[in-house]
Amino acid sequence: MLTLAQTRHVARLARLALTDAELEDARARLAAVMGYMERLKAVDLAGVEPLTGVGPGANRLRADTPGPTLPSGTPAALAPARHGEYVRIPRVLGEGGGA
Amino acid sequence: MKTAAEIAAAVRDGRASAAEVTTDALARAEHHRGLSAFTQVFTEQARTQAAAVDDLIRERGGAGLPLAGVPVAVKDNICIGPDTGYGGRTTCASRMLEHYESPFTATCVRRLIDAGAVVIGKTNLDEFAMGSSTEHSCFGPTLNPWDQTRVPGGSSGGSAAAVAARICPVALGSDTGGSIRQPAGFCGVVGAKPTYGRVSRYGLVAFASSLDQVGPFATNVADAALALEAISGLDPFDATSADRAVPAWSSELDTPITGLTLGVPAQARAAANHPGVTAALDAMIAVYRELGATVIDIDLPLIDEGIAAYYILAPAEASSNLARFDGVRFGRRAALGDRDSLLDLYTRSRAEGFGPEVKRRVMLGTHVLSSGYYDAYYATALKVRRRILDGFNAAFARCHAILMPTSPGPAFRLGEKAADPLALYMEDVYTVGVNLAGLPAFSVPAGFADGLPVGVQVIAPAFEEARLFTVARMFERETTHHQRVPPR
Repeated sequence: MLTLAQTRHVARLARLALTDAELEDARARLAAVMGYMERLKAVDLAGVEPLTGVGPGANRLRADTPGPTLPSGTPAALAPARHGEYVRIPRVLGEGGGA
Repeated sequence: MKTAAEIAAAVRDGRASAAEVTTDALARAEHHRGLSAFTQVFTEQARTQAAAVDDLIRERGGAGLPLAGVPVAVKDNICIGPDTGYGGRTTCASRMLEHYESPFTATCVRRLIDAGAVVIGKTNLDEFAMGSSTEHSCFGPTLNPWDQTRVPGGSSGGSAAAVAARICPVALGSDTGGSIRQPAGFCGVVGAKPTYGRVSRYGLVAFASSLDQVGPFATNVADAALALEAISGLDPFDATSADRAVPAWSSELDTPITGLTLGVPAQARAAANHPGVTAALDAMIAVYRELGATVIDIDLPLIDEGIAAYYILAPAEASSNLARFDGVRFGRRAALGDRDSLLDLYTRSRAEGFGPEVKRRVMLGTHVLSSGYYDAYYATALKVRRRILDGFNAAFARCHAILMPTSPGPAFRLGEKAADPLALYMEDVYTVGVNLAGLPAFSVPAGFADGLPVGVQVIAPAFEEARLFTVARMFERETTHHQRVPPR
């Protein structure tokens, strides 16, 4: 049974600020879904290798040759808060910092 | 509305202009505005692009333009940049990306444009493609053209509705657990989910990277083949795209299926099915027998476990993929006070930007990947995934293709499955296994139940889309379900 404290821990790991009502809703729904997952424990998986993907196997690398790229200002311009060409974030060092 | 093949032939031969065709499509989009199929319509850009197609054909003819002047719609989780002349927003139907303008263009869209297609707009979806009803969109739900009190399915519901309402003959969707096939079934159109790796995912906003695949909707099999031919093939910008030749599917459709063996899993006639769904499957089997195919009973034992495995693996991958939305580099950023930390920026931006279903799935994915739960859930689901692939392989040792309903029932009412967290997930019972195994599967119009369309999917081994096109086309030739259109 998933507790509210566990749900709060998951929300923190997921980087989601949830209200108490949202947390309780999340707890109830997560518990219901996790209950359904229990059926997997009945499947015989002895000796079965995990399958992470169905592609051709290893990723293929493309040749390391120069080509057109986005101008450096283009992705920077997408940032919702900027300082000149830089992306602005809250203080992470010194007083008031700490992520 | 004509088919894509008819439009392209007429535009290439000068019997119609891309400009006229585009004007008509834009008028239909306006007429059907009430469906909310589109998140944005490219009125000016489409006219400009159509004029460019007409100019090109006047200058050098229509060779190399298999989709000359064909109006298409693109699901709004597929990026279109300003380099195409379209630009616009790529929202994923999320407050997080409400104002996001992609600086680059998805390979699949680039290939459609290169083939002569005209993009008339971006279509609505469940936020970040997470859902089976298109109700989880920050723009509100898309309505089913057959019955506007019902959902069009999802997550590619806008694309399915646009094609079903005959606004445009072709639209692109993405399918992570059924998001092309289920809405195609609900809206009475063809939905083609190709083999994993067949179509580049470059420019598709990632949901679950080991499962996501782009594919077309169309009103008929030939148009689906034309569209899939245009977008398929190796792409240096997607390391998982397959280095496989793309067959000329559209020219090999009318191949007799005598001698083919089709398998029907025992699980396809589950008690939970609407009787009209099982009836459509049985009617389809009768048609195939009439055409000379052998239909046999097979077993796909882990169908219910597939849902459980999928709803561990897809949210796990989503929780990782959606970590990029942090309020820093792009997308929504919460307003902060002077004392607020970087962690506050992350947690509040994500709380404001993501809707309820996305939050639930990110939470679920984070939970199954978290310390103490990883082995019990995530690692177990990966092993179940292997067993599901093995199950399909064992089935394909006995048959060339598998027939199975696309969904247990026809389109449900708006809001009907909102309260029960599992009810909506169970919609995907017949579709998720295909994604876990990376297989191609098409949903084809197979009948009607309570006046609503019913889809049946045909599933083939990896990279055997040719077989699916033939099997689907042979059924279509014998039936008229795909010719029925929703009320205006």
